[in-house]
Amino acid sequence: MEIIVCIKRVPQTAEVAVKIDSTGKGIEKDRLTFDTNESDTYALEEAVLMKEKFGGNITVISLGDEDTEDTLRIALAKGADNAIRIKAEDFGVLDGFQTSQILQSAIKTLNYDVIFTGCISTDAAYSQIGVTLAELLEIPHASLVVNFDINNERADVQRELEGGLIEHLDISLPALFTIQTGINEPRYASLIKIRRATKKIIKVIGKDELQQDEFISNSTLDELFVPPISKQVEFLTGSVGESSAKLAGIFKEKGLI
Amino acid sequence: MSEIFVLIEHRQEEIRDISFELLTCGRKLAEENSSKLTAVILGFNTEKIVEKIKSEVHRVLIYDNEILKEFNSETYQIVLSYLIAKENPFLFLIGHTAFGMDLCPALATQLKIPFTTDCLNIEISDNKIKVVRQMFDGKLDAKVILRENPSYMLTLRAGSFPATESNLEAEVSNLDSPISEEPDYRKFIEYIEAVAGDVDITKSDIVVGIGRGIKEQDNMTLIEDFAASIGGVVACSRPIVDSDWLPKDRQIGSSGKVIKPKLYIAIGISGAFQHIAGMKGAETIVAINRDANAPIFNEADYGIVDDLFKVIPILKEKILEMK
Repeated sequence: MEIIVCIKRVPQTAEVAVKIDSTGKGIEKDRLTFDTNESDTYALEEAVLMKEKFGGNITVISLGDEDTEDTLRIALAKGADNAIRIKAEDFGVLDGFQTSQILQSAIKTLNYDVIFTGCISTDAAYSQIGVTLAELLEIPHASLVVNFDINNERADVQRELEGGLIEHLDISLPALFTIQTGINEPRYASLIKIRRATKKIIKVIGKDELQQDEFISNSTLDELFVPPISKQVEFLTGSVGESSAKLAGIFKEKGLI
Repeated sequence: MSEIFVLIEHRQEEIRDISFELLTCGRKLAEENSSKLTAVILGFNTEKIVEKIKSEVHRVLIYDNEILKEFNSETYQIVLSYLIAKENPFLFLIGHTAFGMDLCPALATQLKIPFTTDCLNIEISDNKIKVVRQMFDGKLDAKVILRENPSYMLTLRAGSFPATESNLEAEVSNLDSPISEEPDYRKFIEYIEAVAGDVDITKSDIVVGIGRGIKEQDNMTLIEDFAASIGGVVACSRPIVDSDWLPKDRQIGSSGKVIKPKLYIAIGISGAFQHIAGMKGAETIVAINRDANAPIFNEADYGIVDDLFKVIPILKEKILEMK
């Protein structure tokens, strides 16, 4: 089975302060760490599990700058066979639709039965790359996948809906699936495997090798701003002892304890 | 300006709340731009749904067919691409839900219509569309301008447009589905209901929510002890369930449970919108987080900006002293 996994290197912003840079359209990156986008790690793990079950090859592909090669090497260390970087530096600022078109132009010449992507990136947060890519490749898709298997050359898929409800589907291959977090337990790459992966060759593709001149954008980012406050929070300040005492006092006053 | 269309989302014979929010947003935009609002309903035995939508819009378009009974984005795409190519609405609105995320990008791409997803706000001026959406774990908002085009498609975040009442009288039309069979390449099999666990977090007056900030599974006992001291149950955000530290039925959020306790204490939770959707109905909300800019503070009544590992043991002591 031929599997393609699309991954993205993203700033890890969940637990740190994020500041807008001087252009007003980007963020200050010097104090942030970068790693594989969270749901993409689950997409890669699902590919490795499928390869272990059915055999085959995994190709990881990422549109990114040179640092992205570190992210691709981790994927190689975890079980991917081939890695492709599309040079982001050949393009200017891209929207999600352009990203999908660029991925399509690189993937359309490859052989594949299954394509996995993460269901959302934590930076741009569109949840659109995978489903758009499927449409451009003219293959079926399912998003937010929380259970995946293959039976009789068709995919047996469960999607996560709201409120814990699951949608069970049967989809023909080749097809694209966007993977939700929690579907599996992403493995860690061992040091030996990481060391071995540093010797593997990552194929680097430039814009001129994509056989497509124009990538239409759907939208332009005009400016970033700090979200307006919807509800005025009362911060309880002071030492830990003081803030905790204030909060306990509020609980008492409201009859909650 | 041509019309604004809203796709009605329903599941297991119930109209989903997002539909009324989409209708409220669509009505406002239609009024501001002297346009008309149309609701599009795909389903089977849709009479009850149509009855509830009639007063919301100027026009209702219905495809009532057995193959449209359950949502299947590929089936919907065939019917809607046919309808949109025929009707050419200026704007087509869909919910940013599991349903909308599966449908909109493929549908808009097929029709070559500019689209964007997860919009919190929409502005129309001179036939151009500007939206506000969130980036970087919800920590920043982005103003985004769509490529100028005669028609657009957007998905809207749940909870961004509180539903209002309306008393319009719609003209209702039944249309013939352009297809009569579900495509072989994607077949709906069934819905699988969530399994109930030992604790129902929706029934507790006090809920203590824990998130990524807890770092290690071994630290969970700290939260369990704290919850016990205040008489609450332990619930969580998505990363904790993804790590299997708590079962799925303890997850608060759009894909988990919606809770409305007297007191909700969010500990080490940054506040992704999916989580907020599940807890914003709590009477009193407290957030404890190291990052003062965490989106959770936007929803909280009281906040402590500090290390949870320092705060929780002391807060537990203070609560026990006051009891």
